[in-house]
Amino acid sequence: MSATAVITEATPAAWPVPPSQTRTVARLHSVTKRYGQTTALDKFSLELKAGEVVALLGPNGAGKTTAVRLLLGLISPDSGTVRVLGRDPRDADARTRIGAMLQVSRVPEMLRVREHIDLFRSYYPNPLPAADVIRIARLEGFADQMFGKLSGGQKQRALFGLALCGNPDLIFLDEPTVGMDIETRRALWDEVRALSAASKTVLLTTHYLEEADMLAHRIVVINKGGLLCEGTSTEIKHRVSGRRIRCITQLDREFLATLPSVADVQQDREAVVILAEHPEAVVREMLLRDETLHGLEVSAAALEDAFLALTSDAPATQA
Amino acid sequence: MATNAIAVSAARPLSLGYYVHIFGKETQYEFVKMLRTKAFSLSVLGFPIMFYLLFGSSNRHNMFARYLMPSYSCMGVVSACLFGIGMGIAMERAQGWLELKQASPMPRFAYLTAKTLSCAAFALVIVAALLVLGITLGGVTLTATEALKLAGVILAGSLPFTAMGLLVALLVPANAGPGVINLIYLPMSFASGFWMPVQYLPHWLRVITPALPTYHLAQIALNIFGYAQPGSMLIHWEALAGFTLFMLGAAWILFTRAEARS
Repeated sequence: MSATAVITEATPAAWPVPPSQTRTVARLHSVTKRYGQTTALDKFSLELKAGEVVALLGPNGAGKTTAVRLLLGLISPDSGTVRVLGRDPRDADARTRIGAMLQVSRVPEMLRVREHIDLFRSYYPNPLPAADVIRIARLEGFADQMFGKLSGGQKQRALFGLALCGNPDLIFLDEPTVGMDIETRRALWDEVRALSAASKTVLLTTHYLEEADMLAHRIVVINKGGLLCEGTSTEIKHRVSGRRIRCITQLDREFLATLPSVADVQQDREAVVILAEHPEAVVREMLLRDETLHGLEVSAAALEDAFLALTSDAPATQA
Repeated sequence: MATNAIAVSAARPLSLGYYVHIFGKETQYEFVKMLRTKAFSLSVLGFPIMFYLLFGSSNRHNMFARYLMPSYSCMGVVSACLFGIGMGIAMERAQGWLELKQASPMPRFAYLTAKTLSCAAFALVIVAALLVLGITLGGVTLTATEALKLAGVILAGSLPFTAMGLLVALLVPANAGPGVINLIYLPMSFASGFWMPVQYLPHWLRVITPALPTYHLAQIALNIFGYAQPGSMLIHWEALAGFTLFMLGAAWILFTRAEARS
């Protein structure tokens, strides 16, 4: 709560509060990016509106980090356009209003957390006071320690603090909670919510569904460099929703995939697991065709199932 | 308080004060970081000082006590730049730290300048230490002008080897860094007269000596004390300038190619 107040005070009235949901802050438009033979992003488009928290969700290698690096101007697209705060992100001027938390394997270890903060604050024309950075990122207690002495979770918090140094309007968090225990992760979620309440725009990448579900106004699911679907977490769940049928059957998996409303068919040891919008129709059909069918269970699909269905290669999942 | 005042006064458009402040902070923390990294500071400061204690003081009152002051100073600046710049940048690049800095509004030039100035500062500390050791333990007499000239030459010498460090950082994988740099730097410093005058080197080695940038730096530094090979100093300055441009050019080409690929 206090964190929210601080950020709001320090915001140089850049955004109207409450956040307007119409203004586009950052945009990838039909961007393609290749690394040698592999295509990291393929005609991918993404828009961030002022004040929203967007989660870019996908498995490893889906192209999440590539999207962030493009938006930060660290790399250029092979085709398509990237605009951030109305500018080319390679323009240093745009960066004064952006904060970034990237996946860094090692931070220079022989500087204290406080010194790193002091240095990063110097990069920005209107930095957040160091005491506020320390409070918001919850660095009290280890601000005077050398970076090399910190635990994994503390390092992530310190990197989060560095992303806030410039009092940015737009914040990129690339896999922010990797290496954090549950308690620290929840604390970081609170901080992201506080940023959101202060009408900052946040893009976070994650492969934790729970995280996207808890934080984001909008979830963008990507895999293999392409958009699978986007919407609120409720919409995403609906998209592949329906229910989960688990049973032991002699029916062919390929045949099961052709049944009406089936989104995904997976083998789970001796049983098959089917995701279907209308499980009643599917079960009726299966029972008619296979008298040996047994061990039948029908349950509500978790977001986890939705995600697996979306990112698997099953033809039925094509968006 | 002070930083706040600067930050406020630097509100758009970004003023000179804003840039001066960044360069100052970046250099300050770069130097502190290098100093606290014992693997770097102990070896870069320690080796020239230790060798002078061994070979300088044992040659008290003869030419070597005097000779080794400028030659070990050269060794200091070359190792500070190759390890500080070459290793420093290669590691920060491999670890993703450089990318985080590039995502911030930090001017790229500030990063390089801070590293160069910090390495030059290390080199000056080495020069000061060697001068003190030379006067006290080596029984060397020298004028203030000679001391200042040596400091100036060593400062100038930090530029070509910063450029070389930059190229090394772009070429050599971070984990192979220390080994590769030692393989370049140790033979090069031996063949350039850092350890003994070049006329005592085996003939086959003396053939390649003029091709080494370290040789040209050593000649300019030794000339202050009257130990240079006969001939004009201009050619050595030209050689260093050419070497610097070549290294920077090669680094630039590699860097832009890496950027285009990324």
